[in-house]
Amino acid sequence: MDFRLTEREELLRKSTREFAESEIAPRIGAMEETGDYPVDLLQPMAKLGITGIIAPPDLEGVGLGYLARTIVLEELARVCAAVPMGIQVHHMAIAALNDFGTEEQKKKYIPLLAKGETMGCVAVTEPSGGSDVLGMQTSAVLKGDTWVLNGRKCFITNSHTSDFWVVIARTGEGPKGLSAFIVDKDAPGAKTGRVEHKVGLRGSNTGELVFDNCEIPRGNLLGQEGGGLGVALKTVSESGRTGMAAVALGILQACYEEAAKFASERVLYGKPIAALQAINFYVAEIYTDLDICRLLCYRASWMKDQNLRFDTESAMAKSYTCEAAVRSAKKAIEIHGGYGILQEYKVQRLWRDAMVTISAGGTGEIGKVVVGRAALAPFQKRG
Amino acid sequence: MERVIVCLKPVPDPQAWHRLRLDPRTKTLLREGIPSIINPLDKHALEAALAIKDVYGAEVVLLSMTPESAEPVLRQALAMGADRAVLLSDKAFAGSDTLATARILAAGVCRLGSFDLICCGNFTLDGSTAQVPSQLAEFLGIPNIMHVTGLEIPDWGRWVITQKIEQGYVKLTAEPPLLLSFTKEANRPRYTSFLEILAAEKREIVVWTNADLKLDEGQIGLKGSPTQMADFIIRKKTRQGLRLKGSPEEIAQRLAEIIHQLGVI
Repeated sequence: MDFRLTEREELLRKSTREFAESEIAPRIGAMEETGDYPVDLLQPMAKLGITGIIAPPDLEGVGLGYLARTIVLEELARVCAAVPMGIQVHHMAIAALNDFGTEEQKKKYIPLLAKGETMGCVAVTEPSGGSDVLGMQTSAVLKGDTWVLNGRKCFITNSHTSDFWVVIARTGEGPKGLSAFIVDKDAPGAKTGRVEHKVGLRGSNTGELVFDNCEIPRGNLLGQEGGGLGVALKTVSESGRTGMAAVALGILQACYEEAAKFASERVLYGKPIAALQAINFYVAEIYTDLDICRLLCYRASWMKDQNLRFDTESAMAKSYTCEAAVRSAKKAIEIHGGYGILQEYKVQRLWRDAMVTISAGGTGEIGKVVVGRAALAPFQKRG
Repeated sequence: MERVIVCLKPVPDPQAWHRLRLDPRTKTLLREGIPSIINPLDKHALEAALAIKDVYGAEVVLLSMTPESAEPVLRQALAMGADRAVLLSDKAFAGSDTLATARILAAGVCRLGSFDLICCGNFTLDGSTAQVPSQLAEFLGIPNIMHVTGLEIPDWGRWVITQKIEQGYVKLTAEPPLLLSFTKEANRPRYTSFLEILAAEKREIVVWTNADLKLDEGQIGLKGSPTQMADFIIRKKTRQGLRLKGSPEEIAQRLAEIIHQLGVI
């Protein structure tokens, strides 16, 4: 077993780190203040290959796969998690279109996303909740050659920064009564609702989509009629969970760097506080969590690249990494003492950002349901 | 076709400097196990070359005298957009001082054939002597302009170079072939796009040893280096406390005298 990254992957990391440190870091203050996504960075990110990293090369993408994507998202999140939060959802839209779209749909939408001309999003969650997918109420009814949508989606990342949305809506009863649609934001009856003001990931855009007798062409059905649950589950499980996990991994890396740096520089009792075993152990725990999470995240993405089934592994990576990011950020704050809660110090932002990753992209608990099911399966009695 | 050669040096990553050790015998840096990066100013030299390539379609060739283990650093430079790389690598080159290094690089340049421009970083992060560019130009018999902050090429035969001097800047005109040493003010190096990283995997890195360059072994490596490090001393930074006594006027008077004696004002 070879755990080393390839030269290519190391170069991707280096290139993304340089970009993030130079172009994204100076924007954090404004993002924290306004809550606006820096959409003008889409073009530079597209030029680098970030927006189209998993899109096929014949559709203006780079076609590098999921392990590469995880490394890139991790590096962006190390500097500012809000930016890759938007990007990983953008990738979800590319994945949904690539996996379920017709050739015509792929050619129309994927190049726009890969080239960063707009952002993409996938809208599943409703006010009634995101985990209970089958409980969704947004409806789509076919009238002649037009689908008419009614309902509301909430907690949608990139809601206001996307020109079109992949929307899951009810077209019938039960699990086979959901279908996926591509909705242009300018479609009659489609509009954006409120923008949410979050405690963390401030710079990523989260908001509502409203469909009031929204009319879209019949050809905007994505995948089969009744196949919406499959679109939602595959997209959330594969690109959503690995993406969210990668963002949390980047936060964890930043927690480690901030904690180790402060512990080495801050002097108490005549020596750096890193010499105190209580502090030393905290840093060791953060460092160990970082390594565990990196292995979990890379393995899940690698399995996707190998076309292996990896729903358990992606749920494990997502739920474990997001929780590890929160507890590591808390430890990093504690190492900083009083400084840790000041806005001038990065660790408080890391904690706020990490908290948001827990419920996004499938809650930590839903992830554990998936993992628990796999863990118990060999021991469950049949019938 | 026009050709621009970029001299590139892998240097120890500053983030790993705390792990660097000196060989007590040769007084040289022990680089093994220390990750390397492209010497930061060399990136500005490369960007200048790539800007010429963008406009004139010149071939950009990387030239580096370094152990073969530094190949990933060259690969990164190729991914920025260089066309090919030549690695000068031989045990006989080890321990070369700036003069021997310049001699080896000059032999590499001669073997490459014709060229219009050699781009170097103004100095390297590890040695910081800033001697190699001038020595290399001397070996090749071409002009060298140091501290370059700008380069314009109105036409291929007339190049306008902005050079930083102590009190400001001067503008010079020069004709190729020449060697320029770039500062960080010269440009902003481009980011490495993922597509270029993929493309660079197909670009060639050739290794030339002394069997190719055929240099006299007495003139290269440790043997051919007139600079011999006698010793190295780690500078200690200590703070000295001094308590002054007396009336406020006396203390102020004494303090002013001390500041004068130290040459602070």
